[in-house]
Amino acid sequence: MTVAVFFGCTFIAFGPAVALFLFTIARDPLRVIFLIAGAFFWLVSLLLSSLVWFITVQISNKNSASQQRGLLIFGVVLSVLLQEAFRYGYYRLLKKANEGLLALSQEDTMPISMRQLAYVSGLGFGFMSGAFSVVNILSDSLGPGTVGIHGDPQHYFISSAFMTLAIILLHMFWGVVFFESCERQRWWALGAVVISHLVVSCLTFVNPHYQGSLIPTYIILSVMAAWAYLCAGGSLRNLKLCLTCKDKDFLLANHRPR
Amino acid sequence: MNTSDSEEDSYNERSALVQSESPTIPSYNQDHDMSLPQETDTKRRRPVSSGLSEPGPVEREQASTPDGEEEELTLKYGAKHVIMLFIPVTLCMVVVVATIKSVSFYTEKSSQRLIYTPFEEDPNSVGQRLLYSLLNTIVMISVIVVMTIILVVLYKYRCYKFIHGWLILSSLMLLFWFSFMYLGEVFKTYNVAMDYPTLVMIIWNFGVVGMICIHWKGPLRLQQAYLIVISALMALIFIKYLPEWSAWVILGAISIYDLIAVLSPKGPLRMLVETAQERNEPIFPALIYSSAMVWMVGMADSSNTDSADDRRRNEGGARAQEGVESEDDAAQGGRRRYSAEEDLEEDRGVKLGLGDFIFYSVLVGKAAATGGDWNTTLACFVAILIGLCLTLLLLAIFKKALPALPISITFGLVFYFSTDNLVRPFMDSLAAHQYYI
Repeated sequence: MTVAVFFGCTFIAFGPAVALFLFTIARDPLRVIFLIAGAFFWLVSLLLSSLVWFITVQISNKNSASQQRGLLIFGVVLSVLLQEAFRYGYYRLLKKANEGLLALSQEDTMPISMRQLAYVSGLGFGFMSGAFSVVNILSDSLGPGTVGIHGDPQHYFISSAFMTLAIILLHMFWGVVFFESCERQRWWALGAVVISHLVVSCLTFVNPHYQGSLIPTYIILSVMAAWAYLCAGGSLRNLKLCLTCKDKDFLLANHRPR
Repeated sequence: MNTSDSEEDSYNERSALVQSESPTIPSYNQDHDMSLPQETDTKRRRPVSSGLSEPGPVEREQASTPDGEEEELTLKYGAKHVIMLFIPVTLCMVVVVATIKSVSFYTEKSSQRLIYTPFEEDPNSVGQRLLYSLLNTIVMISVIVVMTIILVVLYKYRCYKFIHGWLILSSLMLLFWFSFMYLGEVFKTYNVAMDYPTLVMIIWNFGVVGMICIHWKGPLRLQQAYLIVISALMALIFIKYLPEWSAWVILGAISIYDLIAVLSPKGPLRMLVETAQERNEPIFPALIYSSAMVWMVGMADSSNTDSADDRRRNEGGARAQEGVESEDDAAQGGRRRYSAEEDLEEDRGVKLGLGDFIFYSVLVGKAAATGGDWNTTLACFVAILIGLCLTLLLLAIFKKALPALPISITFGLVFYFSTDNLVRPFMDSLAAHQYYI
């Protein structure tokens, strides 16, 4: 049972993300580098937020459970805000790098477009966020044990896996929408991304009642997916063309020369 | 920042590092230098913008393409080389972490110690522990410095046979003795029954093919695989036999030593590189990981003049340490990292010294060994990769020998200690309540 749970949860949590990585990112070294840099930025934001949380815990009353819980909630909110701040910081860094590169080369095109960078950096954030959330849980699921022996929820592993999947994909969509809204100077969209991230994190506060957290999260996921699709230039027409294999550009691009 | 003409002239005078058949320097510890290829005179030099902050090294390329395309090409090629280093470093770390997590032998503390860390740490007294770890570090670093100087002296006075023998001895030890130990422990862990004749056959074949691949010729992938395996074995030995606190202090001290040895004008590694360049010889061909087809002995001839300036010197020393018992002649592998030019293909290989692999893996392995937390391991892994990326970027900008350890190890250490002490309690509390950030 344990190995099955381990593999099942791993594939649920990381399957789509790894598939995205393998099919779209792994071939292009530049994208891999930006992915890892995105992961690094997320890591630094986590570090800062844990530092602040740690300090507040040290100066607080360690015995009061409600105070600790309150501090944890504060930590979560702070972490979300810092993550978005670092996403913005990463955007500024990439913008500067792109400008520098463009100034150097006389060409108009850059080796990697801003939209690809948005996708890749979002996925980088997502990978790191998902990994940090779930890897310890997965490694525990491999060993012997009983879930929920003290009356805790039985579905701990699988709900964690689904939540992680949602978070990874959400980070990717947030990245796309965020960068696009920064490019177009649409600050309301930026705010919407931050608020939706906050909402998703705060929904997890109800957590043993998974219907209260997972279902709204997946609704937000589908909304963000549609929004990101529109931001990336997709439309209903494109979708129809793609699905019925009538998209000439795509077909031509994949046409193998004889 | 434009590379000056004088630089170009001096590069013109030097010839490419050619892979000679006899491996030159054997062991000295660490020398992780990286340097960039300098362009050939057939290639036009392009000024590199010092304000560029894009990740990924910028290299120079053939000047047959127009400017913009050239920059784009260089960025792409630079990124490709970064990935060519990411993959083996990742593989080595994965091997080490997988072993640490499954085979308990390498995390058990034994009373045996390396002779290089003679002071035993007493877990009860913090002050004494700190003092002894500092003393251990001083002993270890002095051993390394002495070895490096001996190596440079030997190389300067052309005692190639001695160096050759030293190198062969150290790789023999790694390929036969350490892999035998490793295999034994793996079998014990998984309770696999094995008879001696089969074992002898396996180890014999593994060792002999390894010696051939590493010291002579062999398929590139096989050679790369062997180098990764021996780096992992060496890292595992360090993880097992270095005392806890000493290991961390040694990691820090070694990055500082690397910085000094490579960048200061009288640094032994720098002298080594320059001597090798004067003599037009490759350095440590046997203990360098190379990512492209390089072992062409006659490569000097036509491509020599082309590759004269277009030469990237990445230097690092590899270090192979001898066994646990108090043996006096420790063979230490020198690591060097430099890239040899490939004119035949546009793919210019990148080389990284094995010592870099070893110390990166030691850091990540220790992060995996202490505590059951995977977050720390992941954080160190990402930090080291980013450090490597930044180092390669600096390499592209400065185009001279640079040490590969300092930035990565610094990031790694910072992230290890902060993740272990700050992030771990935070993430544990979050996971306990199933809150997500």
